[in-house]
Amino acid sequence: MQRIGVFVCHCGTNIAATVDVKKVVEMAQHEPGVVHAEDYAYMCSEAGQELIHKAIKEKKLTGLVVCSCSPRMHETTFRNAAEKAGLNPYMVEIANIREHCSWIHKDIGEATEKAVILMRAAIAKVNLDAPLKPGESKVTKRALVIGGGIAGIQTALDIAEAGYPVDIVEKTPSIGGRMSQLDKTFPTLDCSSCILTPKMGEVNAHPLINIYTYSEVESVAGFVGDFTVEIRKKARSVDMDKCTGCGLCQEKCPSKKSLSEFNRGLSTRSAIYTPFAQAVPNVPVIDREACIKFKTGKCGICSKVCQAGAIDYDQTDEIVTEKYGAIVVATGFDMIKLDKYDEYAYSQSKDVITSLELERIMNAAGPTGGHLERLSDGKDPKEIVFIQCVGSRCADDRGKSYCSKICCMYTAKHAMLIRDKYPDTNVTVFYIDVRTPGKNFDEFYRRAVEDYGVNYIKGQVGKVIPQPNGKLLVQGADLLDSKQILKEADMVVLAAAIEPNPDVRKIATMLTASIDTNNFLTEAHAKLRPVESPTAGIFLSGVCQGPKDIPETVSQAGAAAVKAIGLLAKDKLLTNPCTAHSDELMCNGCSQCANVCPYGAITYEDREVNDHGIRERRRIAVVNDALCQGCGACTVTCPSGAMDLQGFSNRQILAEVDAICR
Amino acid sequence: MSIEKNEEFRPKIVAFCCNWCSYAGADLAGSSRMSYSADVKIIRVPCSCRVNPMFILRAFERGADGVIMCGCHPGDCHYTSGNFYARRRMTLLFSMLDYIGVESGRTRVEWVSAAEGAKFSQTMHEFVDKITSLGKNVRLEDLRCRNL
Amino acid sequence: MKTEKNRAELIKEISGVNPLKCMKCGKCSASCPSYNEMDIKPHQFVSYVINEDIESLVNSKSLWKCLSCFACVERCPRDVKPGKLIDAARQIVVRERDNTYLSPDEVPELLDPETPQQLLVSAFRRYRR
Repeated sequence: MQRIGVFVCHCGTNIAATVDVKKVVEMAQHEPGVVHAEDYAYMCSEAGQELIHKAIKEKKLTGLVVCSCSPRMHETTFRNAAEKAGLNPYMVEIANIREHCSWIHKDIGEATEKAVILMRAAIAKVNLDAPLKPGESKVTKRALVIGGGIAGIQTALDIAEAGYPVDIVEKTPSIGGRMSQLDKTFPTLDCSSCILTPKMGEVNAHPLINIYTYSEVESVAGFVGDFTVEIRKKARSVDMDKCTGCGLCQEKCPSKKSLSEFNRGLSTRSAIYTPFAQAVPNVPVIDREACIKFKTGKCGICSKVCQAGAIDYDQTDEIVTEKYGAIVVATGFDMIKLDKYDEYAYSQSKDVITSLELERIMNAAGPTGGHLERLSDGKDPKEIVFIQCVGSRCADDRGKSYCSKICCMYTAKHAMLIRDKYPDTNVTVFYIDVRTPGKNFDEFYRRAVEDYGVNYIKGQVGKVIPQPNGKLLVQGADLLDSKQILKEADMVVLAAAIEPNPDVRKIATMLTASIDTNNFLTEAHAKLRPVESPTAGIFLSGVCQGPKDIPETVSQAGAAAVKAIGLLAKDKLLTNPCTAHSDELMCNGCSQCANVCPYGAITYEDREVNDHGIRERRRIAVVNDALCQGCGACTVTCPSGAMDLQGFSNRQILAEVDAICR
Repeated sequence: MSIEKNEEFRPKIVAFCCNWCSYAGADLAGSSRMSYSADVKIIRVPCSCRVNPMFILRAFERGADGVIMCGCHPGDCHYTSGNFYARRRMTLLFSMLDYIGVESGRTRVEWVSAAEGAKFSQTMHEFVDKITSLGKNVRLEDLRCRNL
Repeated sequence: MKTEKNRAELIKEISGVNPLKCMKCGKCSASCPSYNEMDIKPHQFVSYVINEDIESLVNSKSLWKCLSCFACVERCPRDVKPGKLIDAARQIVVRERDNTYLSPDEVPELLDPETPQQLLVSAFRRYRR
């Protein structure tokens, strides 16, 4: 029989306001095995842990039940406290009477009754607990960063600076991401490529960083400290080692009709191309869909002009397999598609553009050479209307429920830049709210209004109607003035919502990292562990976790790097001791458990067993503790009931069921 | 049939929640203060595939009025494939429950992610309503024999 | 006579709209073709229901100036649908009139250019069967 101590936490008033903790303590005294029960205001505090320590020593406790918050919050705290007092940490069970009880129920009687039942279940379980010892696993001292935007670049640099090798996998032909498409950045208006390009060069030159561009993650196996990743290097058709980046092939390529992804489809590019002039690596790829050689077999001009002999039409996709200790996801974002917002005439008029398209138009390397003009007729726009929150903050299925966070600031930036460069152009911004939390952000927005004369109107636009004379009629309302507004504009810019890169769902599935309904990766704790995924060894960097601007992305990238470094710095990791084990007398070696094991942790060996005096050789399932992750699939599959999971044994769960149904 | 008119029927409901998605979803429902009935008691398991049909039968044997199992969404299992096994096992078990005298409405499988606190609370509301409408669970018997 | 609270509840029930979902973006007012004719603007309907001031709403010009074109319903990003709220307010007026209904045969005689078109549509909807 165990000697169990029950500790009931008030959590200030979080628990005590709805659960009668004294009553729970009193009820605990009657439970089998309980030799000690007490309550305290904050069990997780230093003083609370001291109480536990004292009780373990004085009452010679062999098991603990802590009635407190979720085990996802403080299980480790109490296990450590137990261990300090000489008790095996796996002899601790938590009854979750906060998240699952006091916070969701109002009636004290009802909540107390439930708390008692939850406590009983925990006592029943701890009665059957056995001391467990964690094993050890190795840490591969190399990190993988998925995504080569500013988030991925910063994370990779920080990890490499700490002395660990890093690989970056980037889907497109060059690193740089969204930031490389931007013209200027708020709130200081410095040029985006001026601050990004040096970082890209640094990553390229760093001896510990290896970049796989035009590559995708194909599969991920393993677990924290020991991931095995297959990377598909898509056929570039250009030899990376031979190419000198002279650019002659792009100049001579006769197929020039493909839409430039980098310029958001506003200009064209050749079939052999680098996305932009400062691309890293400065090695082009051949777009096989557009290349005449690949389509008809006749052409081969690039091969003829290439003096380095780098063109290789026979290149095929290559799979690289590499081991990593930590993986950082930095897959970034894209703008939403606007096909559901017909009222803004995005698909009807070339002069209705998204903010990212405006960003390209304003950029000196963009489709218009940096000259602001209407894409329909090349004329200078005299009247520009910005529409905020297109697809953000939506309750319907047309848009996204969240605020995209960056639009208020970049619109102020655009408005300011336009007014600065073209003072006779009027700029009107239709907004719902102007949200400018951030250092120097509100000042920036006020400058747009006060110093640059940008006209801000409170009210979402209802409709944009292209006129026969080429103008755009904007129908809006000024809610503060109670006026409906009909305004003729030359150009309309939509602040489209941002969404996580669509590929992130596939990647999350490979990593078994959790993801929310908006396709943002979930963090391990919303406040206290914001850069870690609940899946150990997976870290989050940038917009894949939630909308954020560049300063925030860079801070988070650094934070993710530190977490990854913290992991890589360890020589060994303690493994979860809650693993499966087979009972050699009951196992009949049928192999069904091995078939369902996702980790290949089960093998078989011929072993001599003593079955009630009869000695014979039998085929027995053996679980590799280092590989087993403790899911329990095998335990239910086993037809003879030989498999059981430590820490969640059949008897323990049945005892919990019994306690709840008592 | 005995009807206790004065005493309000409070069903006993056992919920099995996987540690990675549904238990976290239940935690989120808690921290977001999304209330649901106190009749639901949650048992934490590492993965929905840890739920042995035996656990569910035991609950009914011991007087549970309803059993619900929650796991990660298909494809999002922390252990890659656990919930697929769970889904198959539960489909098989539920198809046999009528045979042993438990209405199929007394069991349910729901996929709840760590970010779906609202869905967890909503699911529990629905399930408790369903069980309350079904009333107290009767002793295990073969429903097909009733018409003989 | 029903209390204002009951009438506000009734509007929510008839329209199926939760006015608390409104984020006051004003896209409804921006979309409304009758905006200039209205005394209470479409984006304000919501606050009248929230503040349970249904009397003002049913006595407003807006009640009969709304064309029920449902541009606001179509474009509302928050699923609040001011057009449905005003439609529900009209239903309340019709219901509270009790037995003073017209019979369908009387309608043609009463037609004159001043009759709000919406009233006729409402009447036809109600007496179709």
